[in-house]
Amino acid sequence: MIAAYLEIRDGKIKKSSLETLAEARRRAAELGVGTAAVMAGASVAGLAAAAFAAGAAKVYAIEDPALADYSAQAYAAALAGFAAEAKPAALFFSATAMGKDMAPRVAARLGVSLAADCTKVAVKDGALEFTRPIYAGKAILSVKLKTSPQLATLRPNVFPAGEPVEGGGEVVKMAAAVPEGAVKGRVVEVLKEETTELDVTEADVVISGGRGLKGPEAFALLRDMAAVFPRAAVGASRSAVDSGWIGHQHQVGQTGKTVSPQLYLAVGISGAIQHLAGMSSSKVIAAVNKDPEAPIFKVADYGIVGDLFEVVPKLTEELKKALKE
Amino acid sequence: MNILVFVKRVPDTESRIRIQREARGIVEEGLNFVISPYDEYAVEEALRLKEAQGGAVRVVSVGRDEAAAVLRKTLAMGADEAFLVKDDAPEAYDGLRTARIIARAVERKFAGADLLLFGKQSVGADNSQVPAMAAELLGLPQATVVTKLTVEGGAATALREIEGGTEKVSLSLPAVVSAQKGLNEPRYETLRGIMAAKKKPVPVITLEELGFGPGEPSPGLEVTGLDAPAARQAGKVLQGDPAETARELARLLRDEAKVI
Ligand SMILES: Cc1cc2nc3c(=O)[nH]c(=O)nc-3n(C[C@H](O)[C@H](O)[C@H](O)COP(=O)(O)OP(=O)(O)OC[C@H]3O[C@@H](n4cnc5c(N)ncnc54)[C@H](O)[C@@H]3O)c2cc1C
Repeated sequence: MIAAYLEIRDGKIKKSSLETLAEARRRAAELGVGTAAVMAGASVAGLAAAAFAAGAAKVYAIEDPALADYSAQAYAAALAGFAAEAKPAALFFSATAMGKDMAPRVAARLGVSLAADCTKVAVKDGALEFTRPIYAGKAILSVKLKTSPQLATLRPNVFPAGEPVEGGGEVVKMAAAVPEGAVKGRVVEVLKEETTELDVTEADVVISGGRGLKGPEAFALLRDMAAVFPRAAVGASRSAVDSGWIGHQHQVGQTGKTVSPQLYLAVGISGAIQHLAGMSSSKVIAAVNKDPEAPIFKVADYGIVGDLFEVVPKLTEELKKALKE
Repeated sequence: MNILVFVKRVPDTESRIRIQREARGIVEEGLNFVISPYDEYAVEEALRLKEAQGGAVRVVSVGRDEAAAVLRKTLAMGADEAFLVKDDAPEAYDGLRTARIIARAVERKFAGADLLLFGKQSVGADNSQVPAMAAELLGLPQATVVTKLTVEGGAATALREIEGGTEKVSLSLPAVVSAQKGLNEPRYETLRGIMAAKKKPVPVITLEELGFGPGEPSPGLEVTGLDAPAARQAGKVLQGDPAETARELARLLRDEAKVI
């Protein structure tokens, strides 16, 4: 069986986890094995129906008061316990902040290697092959894992979510094997950003601004454009962040976030290699830059050579019209 | 406070990477190597903690002899001691292998550390897994991707980035923390520091000394391919009147790219 770990935030399964489950299901079908979902928390079995609808044939619900607050140690122990008992052939996580925090611990606990931040999973000669960009996207690495279970984290927004599935399945409740007194670190508080803005890693459309914006004010132009789309977020280059025009949580790139939206629009961004590292797995890239020689045009599918202060407001109007039609 | 920092020698992020497809590796000749940028935040944080609370900063790198250069940089920044765990194996892209070496080194050579600092990922392999794996192997708590760290009386509080917010993680020491940009601004080496660093020895620890047999620890993964990324098709670049180009781009995104 291939199992997908489903991350829960605010009582809901994260979208990226549904993508992970859908990919688990596709590869499991190819290998002729089943698909399961694993959830962990103080009380999670209530979300089983959502997991079945997303394609799980079986749901493992690890419930324990010790899992009420997230702790990498406790969650890794719980997931390793699941792996030992349910013996999945593979266990996929989403490469979110939580997935990247806990999957390596689960791997170390099980003594297995981990394929991290994968952008492709394939079946080759009956075994899984994992592919991901390395060296800031300048090379593409494919690996096979010699250890079992096969552990991988999958980059959010890259794998398509599945169509909803009818019917249910078996819910297996499990206790967490969290040793008493072994947990020495845990999340004590989650500080939410005040804005209701989507995170760049979760958006379908990312509109990013760079030094060409000349100041914090012009980010309002980008926010206006983002407001046209149902799931858009505003991103930024490091130059814009370092200038203090926008918070660092918006930074896309090597020292920022990795994004893979349907559409990435780079506005007044030159396209330095460290910026490309964070956005080159976007499906479609568009750019607005006044310099026709800007490196961003080498990777952009579409570009406008022009002054962003003239182009962006007009583009926002045109996008509004195009979406309405 | 007794702080250990782990650093890695990596190709400069500006480097052009050349791939040897058959050998499934990269051509190192002509590449400029640096300390992995996130590791610099870790070194800086260690130095600040030492300056505020006393203690010692020891820096460790796992790698070939060439890694001594990045260790010297950390000495020039102000680290007290630096050690090279000599590992001649080529880059295996396997975080577990590195974490096993690190965990063993901590147990056998650096027992008693209060804090283990790492960069959140090495640029290059971009694995983001060694700190958490080492923490698990050593039975220590962790906070990864940390942008703020407070250490006081045997405990630490760390802020880490998550989607749409920040998590506050409370840890009892000893603990593992991995650094993200924003944690601090790394200092430059001073000329005096550079001169002093030249004179300091960088002791070498062998894998045998750590109890590993020949070929151990072996990688748990097999590289099946290393390729250049598929070149993106040269795109359509629109020039001219802002209103017209904006209209045309909106049309292309809807009708041709079908992303809106
Ligand atoms: C270790 C390391 C890590 C890094 N990590 C990151 C990272 O995570 N993310 C990141 O983005 N960078 C990162 N960088 C920095 C990166 O190298 C570049 O410096 C940065 O991306 C440049 O930002 P920019 O494109 O906004 O600015 P610039 O390079 O200054 O480009 C501004 C662009 O705006 C255009 N422009 C100016 N005015 C207008 C106008 N009126 N209309 C239209 N276009 C206009 C210009 O033609 C130019 O192309 C990193 C660097 C290092 C060394």
